[in-house]
Amino acid sequence: MNKILKKRYFSDRVVQMEVEAPLIARARKPGNFVIVRVGEKGERIPLTISEADTQRGSITLVVQKMGVSSTKLCELREGEYITDLVGPLGKATHIEKVGTVLACGGGVGVAPLLPIVQGFKAAGNRVVSVIAARNKDLVILEEEINRYSDEVIVMTDDGSYGRRGLVTEGMEEVIKREKIDMAVTIGPAIMMKFCSKLTEKYAIPTIASLNAIMVDGTGMCGACRVTVGGKTRFTCIDGPEFDAHQIDFDEMMSRLGGYKNIETEKMGHL
Amino acid sequence: MAVSDRNTDWRKKLREEIKGKERTEIERVKMPELEPAERIKSQRLEVNTGLTEEMALREAKRCMDCVNPTCMEGCPVGIDIPGFIKNIERRAFGEAAAVLKQTSALPAVCGRVCPQEKQCEAKCFYIQKLKKEPVAIGYLERFAADYERESGQVFLPEVAVSTGIRVAAIGSGPSGLSFAGDMVKLGYDVTVFEALHEIGGVLKYGIPEFRLPNKVVDVEVDNLRKMGVKFVTNFIVGLTESIEELKAEGFQGFYVGSGAGLPRFMNIPGENANGILSSNEYLTRVNLMGADQEEADTPVFRGKNVVVVGGGNTAMDSVRTAKRLGAERAIIVYRRSEAEMPARIEEVKHAKEEGCEFLTLTNPVEYVANEQGRVKQVKVQKMALGEPDESGRRSPVPVEGSEYLIDADVVVVAVGVSPNPIIPHSVSGLEVSRKGTIVVDENTMQSTIPGLYAGGDIVRGGATVILAMGDGRRAAFYMDKYLKNFKSDGMS
Repeated sequence: MNKILKKRYFSDRVVQMEVEAPLIARARKPGNFVIVRVGEKGERIPLTISEADTQRGSITLVVQKMGVSSTKLCELREGEYITDLVGPLGKATHIEKVGTVLACGGGVGVAPLLPIVQGFKAAGNRVVSVIAARNKDLVILEEEINRYSDEVIVMTDDGSYGRRGLVTEGMEEVIKREKIDMAVTIGPAIMMKFCSKLTEKYAIPTIASLNAIMVDGTGMCGACRVTVGGKTRFTCIDGPEFDAHQIDFDEMMSRLGGYKNIETEKMGHL
Repeated sequence: MAVSDRNTDWRKKLREEIKGKERTEIERVKMPELEPAERIKSQRLEVNTGLTEEMALREAKRCMDCVNPTCMEGCPVGIDIPGFIKNIERRAFGEAAAVLKQTSALPAVCGRVCPQEKQCEAKCFYIQKLKKEPVAIGYLERFAADYERESGQVFLPEVAVSTGIRVAAIGSGPSGLSFAGDMVKLGYDVTVFEALHEIGGVLKYGIPEFRLPNKVVDVEVDNLRKMGVKFVTNFIVGLTESIEELKAEGFQGFYVGSGAGLPRFMNIPGENANGILSSNEYLTRVNLMGADQEEADTPVFRGKNVVVVGGGNTAMDSVRTAKRLGAERAIIVYRRSEAEMPARIEEVKHAKEEGCEFLTLTNPVEYVANEQGRVKQVKVQKMALGEPDESGRRSPVPVEGSEYLIDADVVVVAVGVSPNPIIPHSVSGLEVSRKGTIVVDENTMQSTIPGLYAGGDIVRGGATVILAMGDGRRAAFYMDKYLKNFKSDGMS
């Protein structure tokens, strides 16, 4: 189980992996994630399922080298095994026909956005996707997103590909142009915060999929807690998606940085 | 079984050898333990080092081998207590372990973590009739189980002829393991499903190494494996596959022992600051993930001043863990007085010996964070004891205007847990209480769905290892009857 069937580099820091996991492939829905652990001294980290193939009995994960655990995972080769893989976890995205959906993804956040785009398209919605990255090399899954979107706008910070500017600039242009019934945002916390501010201005219902620090992923510990609408919620069982306009993004960003010093130190040992 | 029959010649002879009066004059054994200064150097040094053979033999002599052993009434799994103790007295340590295993899947665990002072030992003849210290049943249980494990000659209980019926235990904590042990003995094909990557539930992620070494748990799990129990890790029933799907794959009986893993928080201002963790998170990082060790990838917050909120065993485990992670001050903040603390007396004693501080009749009301969002202080309020509540404990009442600040860079919240909702939410038609626990027949442990049984914390809320094990045994007993009737009715 959990054999790496295929590995592909999107860039030197971003890796796509197709992993054998027949039960998870069958049970997963858009929005679900898994927890993986690499090595006997490994840490448990959450990763959203970006694609699944029930025929091949596999799921696809997109991983960015950030710290010790993601680096160890990215360094596994085709044919090697992930020590532990469990899921599908979290609540599935609530998908229905709402009209026009604006789907916004930044960086590796485009990978978890993909199944949601697929889901909304399949439910009969018009889907406009805005995908963003720092530069051309970091734009991922454009072709796949394009396949399930009515329109795709690519934004890069430095203008090396698509349009120059932030994801919010692309979004605002669409919002001004046509009626948007719902927005979805996945990416770095700071990006989601600004996407959320923008759609709030235009009163567009928005969901954000949060990437909190997790340990077990089953509601046991509360490491992933986040304040939504003034209440403490657990990202792993109540989420990972919440009403973006209710999320305390500043608190969330502070919590994401909680182990930064220890992580930097451990990276030094790698 | 002959080994546990009071009327065998050897037991008669033992009783005649020493006069009752002489037995009662022996003083209760003291458990040898590492010195506090030594043991706090590592998370992985077991504090209690176990009885020597000589100590065990002498303690076993204290047991009167009562005609009507009341101690057994105090044991939720009904261990034949005099039966195993008398085997120790005649130096048949392996046989003593065999007696334990007739009814308990995890004797080396129970001997270490049961609150004996509230169970078997509370019903011992010594304390009931003589007002003397009870026989150290827990220490002796541990001695027999440890002896067997260390001898390497492990006794495996007999397994009945296979029924060919597949049953599933959901959750590999003490309750599921106890159920699995009994069902495999009855000839069932048992599979235990576990969500985490290791078997043992709270025995692995919760109870620290200094109280219960993981290797002790692993050996007992391995014994179950040798008896034929199958274990599947990284499998969440209700998410990876549903109970319906498992039924379609041929499982006919289900025992839910998924526990009460959901930590409670107090919902007071500042509680989501960095450095504030649930005891479940804190203990899981250290015990399951090994965050105390340099080579582990999982980090944990270490602090100079660690405050632990709560007065149960989990709070004691957390505060003692903090001390071992290098805290200068490790402080228990508990809203009632020490007399009301639910923790085992021994853990409270050990925590104090190790230099942990106790701030009782005190409750946190707010957390103050620094500019980086890391907790730096706890605002606490003094409490007074009011009238007894429905649990019989006097409820704490805040003393107005008594708030003050204490420094803390790590806070561990150990104020209780709620049932894990995954199974209750994933089975349609299952009756669940307002508190989220699964409703079962108190006697048979069957839920509102035939063939689906539940026990342990998912039924009781937060309780003890041994009560969870007792539930597992009872469920196995009644599930066996149910499945056999089911079969003879020709319904399958």
